[in-house]
Amino acid sequence: MKILVCISKTPDTTAKIAFADNNTKFASDGVQWIINPYDEWYALVRAIELKEADPSTVLHLVNVGAADSDPIIRKALALGGDEAIRVNTENADSFYIASQIAAIAKEGSYDLVFTGKETIDYNGSSIGGMVAELLDLPYISHAVKFTVEGGNAVVVREIEGGEETDKAAFPLVVSCQKGMAEQRIPNMKGIMGARTKPLRVVEPAAADSLTSIASFELPPAKAGVKLVSAETPEELVRLLHEEAKAF
Amino acid sequence: MSVLVFLDQADGHIKKSSFEAASYAAKVAELTGTTAEAIVLGIVNDDLATLGNYGIKTVHTVAEAALNNMDAQVFTNILSQAVENTSADVIVFSNNTTAKAIAPRLSVKLKAGLVSGAVALPDTSNGFTVKKTVFSGKAFAHIAVSTAKKIIALNPNSYTIVPASGSAAIAPFAATIGTAKVEVVSVNKVTGEVPLSEADIVVSGGRGLKGPENWGLVTELADLLGAATACSRPVADIHWRPHHEHVGQTGLAIAPNLYIAIGISGAIQHLAGVNRSKVIVVINKDPEAPFFKAADYGIVGDAFEVMPKIIDAVKKLKGVA
Ligand SMILES: Cc1cc2nc3c(=O)[nH]c(=O)nc-3n(C[C@H](O)[C@H](O)[C@H](O)COP(=O)(O)OP(=O)(O)OC[C@H]3O[C@@H](n4cnc5c(N)ncnc54)[C@H](O)[C@@H]3O)c2cc1C
Ligand SMILES: Nc1ncnc2c1ncn2[C@@H]1O[C@H](COP(=O)(O)O)[C@@H](O)[C@H]1O
Repeated sequence: MKILVCISKTPDTTAKIAFADNNTKFASDGVQWIINPYDEWYALVRAIELKEADPSTVLHLVNVGAADSDPIIRKALALGGDEAIRVNTENADSFYIASQIAAIAKEGSYDLVFTGKETIDYNGSSIGGMVAELLDLPYISHAVKFTVEGGNAVVVREIEGGEETDKAAFPLVVSCQKGMAEQRIPNMKGIMGARTKPLRVVEPAAADSLTSIASFELPPAKAGVKLVSAETPEELVRLLHEEAKAF
Repeated sequence: MSVLVFLDQADGHIKKSSFEAASYAAKVAELTGTTAEAIVLGIVNDDLATLGNYGIKTVHTVAEAALNNMDAQVFTNILSQAVENTSADVIVFSNNTTAKAIAPRLSVKLKAGLVSGAVALPDTSNGFTVKKTVFSGKAFAHIAVSTAKKIIALNPNSYTIVPASGSAAIAPFAATIGTAKVEVVSVNKVTGEVPLSEADIVVSGGRGLKGPENWGLVTELADLLGAATACSRPVADIHWRPHHEHVGQTGLAIAPNLYIAIGISGAIQHLAGVNRSKVIVVINKDPEAPFFKAADYGIVGDAFEVMPKIIDAVKKLKGVA
């Protein structure tokens, strides 16, 4: 089986969110970049587990990004995977990124494409579905469990208000979230090995962008907390009822 | 021209967040000088004419039992036929797991720019831009959509329903349904609970509650308020509470009217999932807990002493013995 895992680069979860250039750009000075947690903890680790269970599995990673993605790609390779492909572009529209991933997936004839549930910076939850539509493949989103049974993919996914177990033939696209696997820490052997794994840089395919970011905005600051004494919690209930009209 | 809203249904009933999306769609139609129509797939028992009360003129139905389970490819194909049939140029979803499976596919199929996680009406003063959450609720972006057709997936609890009057026409829609490539083996729905993503009020507990045996403090208050329950990540990780209750950057992002956090420190990753709540109440024994900075109301105190008194006061207010 050939698996392609989509890896994106996001600011660390504790990064200060601020904007530059008249609120048109994320202020990235001093920001620590990480592999998007859903891609790393769930998509990549589950793919590595599948390869561990069947060593004939070929596992490739793909990132659509500029050279500053290389450190997170190396970190991903330190966790596992045979090689990585970076599509060299700065463009960040979801449709454009999906078009690049679809082109790579088609060229490499992968049986399975894993994405994360969403990026923690753009929060699009859209690239997996777009890739699937571009390739005319089934898309199972929000997967919490993935196994191969009798040559088919058996996937448990979150649905509105519960879970659903699905079965589909390969090839297909799956977006991954909590439950798929447990976070791993790269070991020394992995880190050393990652240095010599191939990282192929390819130029982007021709594709459109459908949207662009006009500007950013920070939420208004809170007015400050109104504290109620621990001696009179009923006063809190009164305030919530009468002042905040919250119930 | 028209605005088409997808109504999500479960067990024969339209989901609450879809009414919000319907009202939003009606407003978008008003802003763009056209009418709002809706589509619902599967067997629905609700009186769909009442969608007129949300400003919908026509509800298109494909009442096939095969559509009671959502298949992303099948739904996308039907929706694209409906878009053609209604000449819709704006398509609205409520941004839930169903929408996240379909809207991106529809975006590709129609070459329609998609804004997922929208929190406001589009600004049509100069092109078409829609405000959405980014950085897991820590900021917003204004997304310019440059395509003729546009898709908006509205975050639940971000638009206040505007009551309208009228009765929607029901129009059965003869769609080509196609066959699903994904076989649904089983469905396991949690029934009876208030779904977290749609809840008006959420009561949430953290590690400060010491153990699952103390969760009565959370669930009793939640029951009294008709609220959903949530928890911090470590609480789900150590299996005090089920995973679907985990809110935050790596869990569910919610925006209820009222979020009550009990024994939760308010780490930045937790705040990311809840800071769009309208009113935040924090109960924590540590006055330095970071959550107080994001809160509207708070009590610095021991949850085990404070919560029973709060529960009593709510009982009194609600007239429950
Ligand atoms: C990449 C990443 C992603 C993460 N994603 C998430 C996420 O999505 N959601 C999330 O929640 N966390 C997330 N975390 C974890 C987060 O950083 C915190 O560790 C976590 O939120 C802390 O949970 P807590 O507040 O329940 O526990 P603690 O930090 O242990 O806090 C317990 C609080 O309870 C208070 N307390 C103790 N006893 C009492 C009492 N008797 N009465 C009242 N108060 C009391 C304490 O003062 C303290 O503030 C993430 C972390 C990382 C690194
Ligand atoms: N630039 C990128 N390169 C590779 N994969 C990406 C990129 N951006 C997003 N993805 C994948 O698509 C998923 C969903 O992203 P999004 O639609 O932006 O929320 C992520 O979890 C990644 O797996």
